[in-house]
Amino acid sequence: MEALVTQIQGLSGTASDVLSLQNLLKQADDSLHAESTRLPPFLDQLDPSKHSLGYLYFLEACTAGPVTQEQASSFLLTIARFISSCVAEQIRLAPDKFICVCKRFKDQVLLLEEPLRGVAPMLTAIRKLQLSSEHLTALHPEFLLLCLLSKCYKTALSILEEDIFEVDQPRDLFLFCYYGGMISIGQKQFRKALELLHNVVTAPMSTVNAIAVEAFKKYILVSLIHHGQFPTNLPKYASSGAQRNLKNLCQPYVELASSYSNGKIADLETYVEANKDKFESDNNLGLVKQAVSSMYKRNIQRLTQTYLTLSLQDIANRVQLNSPKEAEMHVLQMIKDGEIYATINQKDGMVRFLEDPEQYKTCEMIERIDSSIQRLMTVSKKLNVMDELMSCDPLYLAKAGRERQRFDFDDFDNVPQRYNI
Amino acid sequence: MDGEDISNPLMEMCANGIAGVDDAPSSSTSTTERKNRPIISGEQLDIEAYAGLYSGRTKIKRLIFIAHHRDNTAMQLEALRMAYDELKKGENTQLFREVVQKIDDRLGPNYSMDAAWCAMVDRKADQRKDKLESELNAYRTNLIKESIRMGYNDFGDFYYAHGALGDAFKSYVRTRDYCTTSKHIIQMCLSAILVSIEMGQFTHVTSYVSKAEQTPEALDPITSAKLRCAAGLAHLEAKKYKLAARKFLEVGPELGNSYGEVIAPQDVATYGVLCALASFDRTELKNKVIDNINFRNFLELVPEVRELINDFYSSHYASCLEYLGNLKSNLMLDIHIHDHVETLYDQIRSKALIQYTHPFVSVDMRMMADAFKTSVAGLEKELESLITDNQIQARIDSHNKILYARHADQRNATFQRVLQTGNEFDWDVRTMLLRANLLKHEYNLRASRKI
Repeated sequence: MEALVTQIQGLSGTASDVLSLQNLLKQADDSLHAESTRLPPFLDQLDPSKHSLGYLYFLEACTAGPVTQEQASSFLLTIARFISSCVAEQIRLAPDKFICVCKRFKDQVLLLEEPLRGVAPMLTAIRKLQLSSEHLTALHPEFLLLCLLSKCYKTALSILEEDIFEVDQPRDLFLFCYYGGMISIGQKQFRKALELLHNVVTAPMSTVNAIAVEAFKKYILVSLIHHGQFPTNLPKYASSGAQRNLKNLCQPYVELASSYSNGKIADLETYVEANKDKFESDNNLGLVKQAVSSMYKRNIQRLTQTYLTLSLQDIANRVQLNSPKEAEMHVLQMIKDGEIYATINQKDGMVRFLEDPEQYKTCEMIERIDSSIQRLMTVSKKLNVMDELMSCDPLYLAKAGRERQRFDFDDFDNVPQRYNI
Repeated sequence: MDGEDISNPLMEMCANGIAGVDDAPSSSTSTTERKNRPIISGEQLDIEAYAGLYSGRTKIKRLIFIAHHRDNTAMQLEALRMAYDELKKGENTQLFREVVQKIDDRLGPNYSMDAAWCAMVDRKADQRKDKLESELNAYRTNLIKESIRMGYNDFGDFYYAHGALGDAFKSYVRTRDYCTTSKHIIQMCLSAILVSIEMGQFTHVTSYVSKAEQTPEALDPITSAKLRCAAGLAHLEAKKYKLAARKFLEVGPELGNSYGEVIAPQDVATYGVLCALASFDRTELKNKVIDNINFRNFLELVPEVRELINDFYSSHYASCLEYLGNLKSNLMLDIHIHDHVETLYDQIRSKALIQYTHPFVSVDMRMMADAFKTSVAGLEKELESLITDNQIQARIDSHNKILYARHADQRNATFQRVLQTGNEFDWDVRTMLLRANLLKHEYNLRASRKI
């Protein structure tokens, strides 16, 4: 054991040394696990910032077994310190071990019921493990779970802002998008939530999994809140399993959506009342209530299309509210949220609807359009790069060559002939 | 509207003077004055005059329809009585039994079930049928095309007279193989069309009309007029009002009363005008209806309809809608148009509203309500539905009751669309790249598992 420690201390200098160290460590892994109880004192001999790889192996072996309550908090401190001071290049050589350690860290934190303690270390861990900001690691969903449980949504937003293009494990993506959707809903960023949930629901999956089902339920509700409508069919690129089965598995929600599209608030409310238990057992009752109140907003927005001025009494009648006072409250809230442009004349009890004052003539608008163009050009370039990579991929070429007869490639066959396997 | 002189255009309409039922079903020598008298008008329907316009089976059908839909017992009995008399002249015992059942002994002993007559007619029918069959077989063995054709034709006529419409249609269609000249083909098509209309199968009507129109010989004006009427009826049934209007408006004045087995010239005028009002825009309305010299002859037969369309074109909407209201009760008694009346009326009313608001920047809704003889609240509801359907581009100032025209700002709309398209593109590409990555991963996984 001591020999191993000295080797670690010796070989953690240069990159080639680290590689040979890694081989040694891999061989010694079993013996490390066998002596897990004896390991903690050795940890103090190693410096996490210099001997990260070795420290990682030792740490992983230490935490492999069952951990008692007292040991838990000390372990938490050790792991947290390790995460903040370790060297990213070294731990990237053994990502599985790192992920393992972090997951155990998360379990401990949850055991002690202090998810807040885990949020910051997890964030650092993600940043160190990620190869690029577009890379999704297995730690992302864990981090979001901790944020959700500790209710600090704002920290999660920085992670959610980044676009994900590379995924290690599809399961990570599902969980990540699902939790991300929930956090966005909590922050009332419905567009972002819709995007994330849409990714889960339309991801390629050979069989429908439970995460997708739950995500679909929330997807319906968020779609109603944000767009006021729910498209009855999933887009064509969703997997066939999803297209066939998801709707059957979420029957009450689909019926809620069709009741919503009829436009009668009373019907919607009775339906919600009748199925309250189902919604509650899915923890979606709050979202359902938000969907119902969004219906009032839709109806008022429709009124702005046909009327210039309307009395509060008329609004209350048309939108099926109980009194002009309620109508006034709704309109006021919508004006504050920027959803409609109007002025309320309390003397006459009249509301005057105005046009959108945006004239698209300001500098800010030009900057916005410009940045939009830049962003689109980057995304386009990325698409082209991916296309080029794909056309050189031997697996793709082999498959395309094999199935040449099936596809009508006469005019545009860019697969070389020698791939006619 | 103010100052309009609603003079009674129904000058020719006299009281039910000319009595007696029309004797010869399809003769055109019967009193032309009676045929030219405006029948479809705001006054209560004169059944005798109405029935006098038609002949053959359609006359009976129409009378039965009127009896069915009229609540007035006196008119019911009048219609049924005329149907009975007409049926006695023919050979259709099945319809006869139907009518007798409807009369239900209410018209006295003369109009009860005449079983003896029925039996006699049926016996004669059987005899004739056997005769026809033997003749046909003889012709068939002789393989003389013309005689076989005539044989099938006679069969068709026989079945038609006895109310077996399906068999009649089949017989007429069988003559097709033995038709040698275009005249034969046209005769076959016309018979097939007649039977199809009676059966209510208007898809056949359209196909046979096109078949007849495809003959290499030029058609004489009466036949082409008949074919256009039939085509118009088919389009009307299919709710294609624009096409129906075009067909009816193309019917030449030579039609006269020659198509009494199907349609009267008054009907052509009425159907044509109503469909045109519901579906044409102003230019088409002017060119095809008002300035149409040929169609003027038809319009003279129905002066109220003529006034209607002139009022609509000159924007006197109140009187136009008044005429429409008057005509409605009589139109509901017509077998072809009764289920379309509501739709057509709604469309005409919407068109009137849209046309009224079109030239103005702002419209006082009180004045508009007066022009349309409705209340301001009702008008507001109608306008609201039209605006939501995007047929009027305007906004309602509910406080001052004014309608303001609203023209979308193209520049702003373009900017909005551009930004939105950019966002959508961005989202689509990003999700697509993500999905592609997932697929690649899955494929790699599968490939590595195979290895």
